Amino acid sequence: MKMKSVLMASVFAGVAGAAIAEGEVVVMSWGGAYEKSQVEAYNKPFAAETGITVNMVAADNPATPLKAQVEAGNVTVDVADVEFSDAVRLCDEGLLEPIDHSILPPGDDGTPAAEDFLDGALQDCAVANIVWSTAVAYNTANVDGTPTTMADFFDTEAFPGKRGLRKSAKATLEMALMGDGVPAGEVYDMLGTQEGIDRAFAKLDTIKGDIVWWEAGAQPAQLLADGEVAMSTAYNGRIFNAQVAEGQPFEIMWDGQILDYDLFVIPKGAKNLDNALKYIAYSTDTKRLADQASWISYGPARKSSAAYVGLYSDGVTEMGPHMPTSPEALQNALVNDFEFWVDMDAELNERFNAWLAQ
Amino acid sequence: MALPNHASTLERVWHYVYLVLSGMIFVFLIAPILVVIPLSFNVEPYFTFTEKMLRFDPEGYSTRWYQTLLTFGMQAPDAARDAAWWGDAWRNANWINAAKNSIIVGFFATILAAVLGTVAALGLSRPEMPGRRAIMAILISPMIVPIIIVATGLFFFYSSIQISNWGVPYLGLILAHATLGIPFVIITVTATLVGFDHSLTRAAANLGADPVTIFRRVQMPLILPGVISGALFAFVTSFDEVVVVLFVGGLDEQTIPRQMWNGIREQISPAILAVATILVVISILLLTTVELLRRRSERLRGITPG
Amino acid sequence: MADTTAGQMLTTADGRPLKQALARAQRRARLRAIGLVAPLLVFIVVTFIVPIGQMLHRSFHNEGFTVHTDIGSGTRTPIMTELAAWFDENPRGAEPDEAAFAALRNDIVHLGELRAAGSAGTRINYGYAGSRSMFTRAARRADNMEPPYREAFLDLDDKWTEPELWSVMRNATSSYTVDFYLAAVDLERNVEGEVVAVNENRQVYVKLFIRTLFLSVLITFLTFVLAYPIAHLLATLPLRYSNLLMIFVLLPFWTSLLVRTTSWMVLLQSQGVVNDALVGIGVLADENRLQMMYNRVGTVVAMTHILLPFMVLPLYSVMRPINPSYVRAARSLGATSWTAFRRIYFPQTVPGIGAGALLVFILSVGYYITPALVGGADGQLISNLIAFHMQRSLNWSLAAALAAILLAGVLILYWLYDRLVGIDNLKLG
Repeated sequence: MKMKSVLMASVFAGVAGAAIAEGEVVVMSWGGAYEKSQVEAYNKPFAAETGITVNMVAADNPATPLKAQVEAGNVTVDVADVEFSDAVRLCDEGLLEPIDHSILPPGDDGTPAAEDFLDGALQDCAVANIVWSTAVAYNTANVDGTPTTMADFFDTEAFPGKRGLRKSAKATLEMALMGDGVPAGEVYDMLGTQEGIDRAFAKLDTIKGDIVWWEAGAQPAQLLADGEVAMSTAYNGRIFNAQVAEGQPFEIMWDGQILDYDLFVIPKGAKNLDNALKYIAYSTDTKRLADQASWISYGPARKSSAAYVGLYSDGVTEMGPHMPTSPEALQNALVNDFEFWVDMDAELNERFNAWLAQ
Repeated sequence: MALPNHASTLERVWHYVYLVLSGMIFVFLIAPILVVIPLSFNVEPYFTFTEKMLRFDPEGYSTRWYQTLLTFGMQAPDAARDAAWWGDAWRNANWINAAKNSIIVGFFATILAAVLGTVAALGLSRPEMPGRRAIMAILISPMIVPIIIVATGLFFFYSSIQISNWGVPYLGLILAHATLGIPFVIITVTATLVGFDHSLTRAAANLGADPVTIFRRVQMPLILPGVISGALFAFVTSFDEVVVVLFVGGLDEQTIPRQMWNGIREQISPAILAVATILVVISILLLTTVELLRRRSERLRGITPG
Repeated sequence: MADTTAGQMLTTADGRPLKQALARAQRRARLRAIGLVAPLLVFIVVTFIVPIGQMLHRSFHNEGFTVHTDIGSGTRTPIMTELAAWFDENPRGAEPDEAAFAALRNDIVHLGELRAAGSAGTRINYGYAGSRSMFTRAARRADNMEPPYREAFLDLDDKWTEPELWSVMRNATSSYTVDFYLAAVDLERNVEGEVVAVNENRQVYVKLFIRTLFLSVLITFLTFVLAYPIAHLLATLPLRYSNLLMIFVLLPFWTSLLVRTTSWMVLLQSQGVVNDALVGIGVLADENRLQMMYNRVGTVVAMTHILLPFMVLPLYSVMRPINPSYVRAARSLGATSWTAFRRIYFPQTVPGIGAGALLVFILSVGYYITPALVGGADGQLISNLIAFHMQRSLNWSLAAALAAILLAGVLILYWLYDRLVGIDNLKLG
């Protein structure tokens, strides 16, 4: 009995103690190396400057727990980092707080925020932070030769071994079409038609038995390191991290990479709205976005940050060549069509799940 | 099981084959659990036995993953190991926080389950209890209903009653885990009560004791092994439970299984195996406790193992 | 002490009739027993039955197209009222006329004000793919629409006159619906309102239910085959040895589920312990490593291991009290050991087999963690799809419908278990 009351008292004291602090903001992101880059580049300086505690939470895809929280009326997160089409869709459905762009500081060179951010980076309810891409990575220790095009990813005879793919229709279907020879510029037109969709699934069928499906951002690097797969799609920054920070013999094949933005959003009903706005304004300024690029190979969403992108945090590696926005990487790249996915996400994922289960 | 003298050759052969097969099945049962123990000391970040390990070369082994468990999530993991370092570890290390949460939730859930379950079992074992079978079925149902259904139901229910705003930390998890642990308490306590000699209570009443004293001094000591056994089952259930925590657990209510779930998908390291080893050792300790209790209760009742 | 007065009924020492006193005492005892059980019963009802009931309610009640609940304040506003009125006045199958489109337009303007276009569209999207975006686009433009509205809508998207869309909208204007149960078994309503099968390349749930049943039966059978010999061994050895060997069964039982699943991941991977061993002793070539994970094999092997103790323990508790002299008697009467086993020993163990098999089956049907970690796409069970709809596609009504079907199946099996074995006979070692 006594032990129980002591325990209860200490638990309550702990909770009460936390509430007296300067205030806090809860940020939900994707975990792993990407989250670490945000902790180093945004959270630590923010906490140091403002005294507000930043609590970082990980999820496989923050959009889904965010929607679940808002719809259930139980919002515990203040800021979430989500993909472009998710940001637009959630905003449409009234699940996000609108963000007034006037809170965003101008660029270091004086450019007003509205012009400093890349095209489309500022939305009604969202502010972009990075440009990232889904690209094919492979383990040079397990692959003979060098895959150069998306068709090579689907060619298990020339390049034997399993393939890792993200367990969602987005990015997977586009890559299937590109692997089947469709030029990047025509992919979304084709996916808008029934034949296009059928063609994409038919291409996936050719390697279906060899696919290992991943959901969490850190899984592709793990699968490649374990030798479980020979090639895998992955978020490019995670592969960079495995290459440089952990010395894994991975390479990225930039052909057919799919570029996208990640944006910060605030769920409706967030408890620390003011702190959330402060956090977003702070972490998307010029220096901060350039800083995160020194931790992971994701491009900053502001033009003025490009000048500061230089070396990785080890002080040695040049970040330039590893960026998804480098000239070589952009040669056959596809920019994710967020409008397409806002409309078609539910339907294509349903078809995708049915296909998976067969 | 001795082979009778009249066994034919075929029977003898079959007998040994049978023993070998049974041995293999026992190996199948125990090997997966034991294999993680040496792997957790692997110096390389791989899940397989390296050359060095197979030769028992000491260089192939290290405790680095246990160190990772301590330091993961700390503010300053590389500082000197003084009191401040331990303070930092206690406050910030992810696994230590998870352990704290697991123990707090497990402890309170177990107390709740044990108290409610024992009292209910006492009522259920009385012959005059109406609707015994139906009520037993309802009380045991949490063990049978698929956990995903329980978790999703609780997610909606707790959201609708805004349980996180009631000011009692861990309340949702504690209630959920107590619900899951109660069937075990009921099963073990009713099993103990089946063999309970009611003439003892009658004798105590005869000697002038009131019901509370009878319970405290006659019934409780005899059913205590059953209660503790059930409580241990409930604790293990709560300690090991991950699906409900996934759905219902708040951001600061991450338990050890929840952390393992993250780790299985994110960490390219055998740190998970280090956690697994620690959990296996804890299981062995709990198992020993239950076994000792069982022997004690048999001794108390005058039954000796053959 | 009962007093008997000749010719009168029995009374107790304080003069009350014995029957009455007995009834009263019994009633008090019953109340006491109920009083002991009541707290727990209330607790279980509140923390378990009510939440599940609430969730099941969602499976046939969806207000996406009838009521909008504001996230912040919780106020509920009826939506799509004019359209619902038009549906009431016009029979099913009636061609939507200008009045229908006018009603639709007014309602969509209303949706735009409430920012409810997305969620209303999502409700329709469950039945008619692509309609979500049609609604959101219409909501952005509805204010500027001029009559004739039919043309205005057709300008936006030519699918607005599709009879299927109108049929789905008609169904959705009622909060109470069977649509999600239909979807859970790959059925849907067509334009005329009849129930038909869903398009072939979207049929997945029935397949998954069958796969879950099949794999559960397989796992039950495998656990039986593995458990019988060792249960027999444990039951026939002297207690001293069997208690020691029992540790091999109980330790897995007490070890965390995640630990056991992780161990299997370590063992079954392509570069895992088993493959390495097989390559090491030369049975397999390095390129032909067995694919034992991220597929059904992984699910079956891991779940068999995890559920094996649940089969061993009931079998053991039934086998232990079996008297060996029966088999000896049969042998002495001339039976071969096989016949003796088949006709004397085995029938006596059948209750244990039934208990264990039902228990293992019930548990494996509801499993979630193990298929999620080692099953890949191939070894997914129905629980994983319920979780998907709960957490990712957020179609909670469909998740609830699937869960309801699963729960119904499990409850039937549970009832069977109760009839055949008896809940109170559940022993846990």
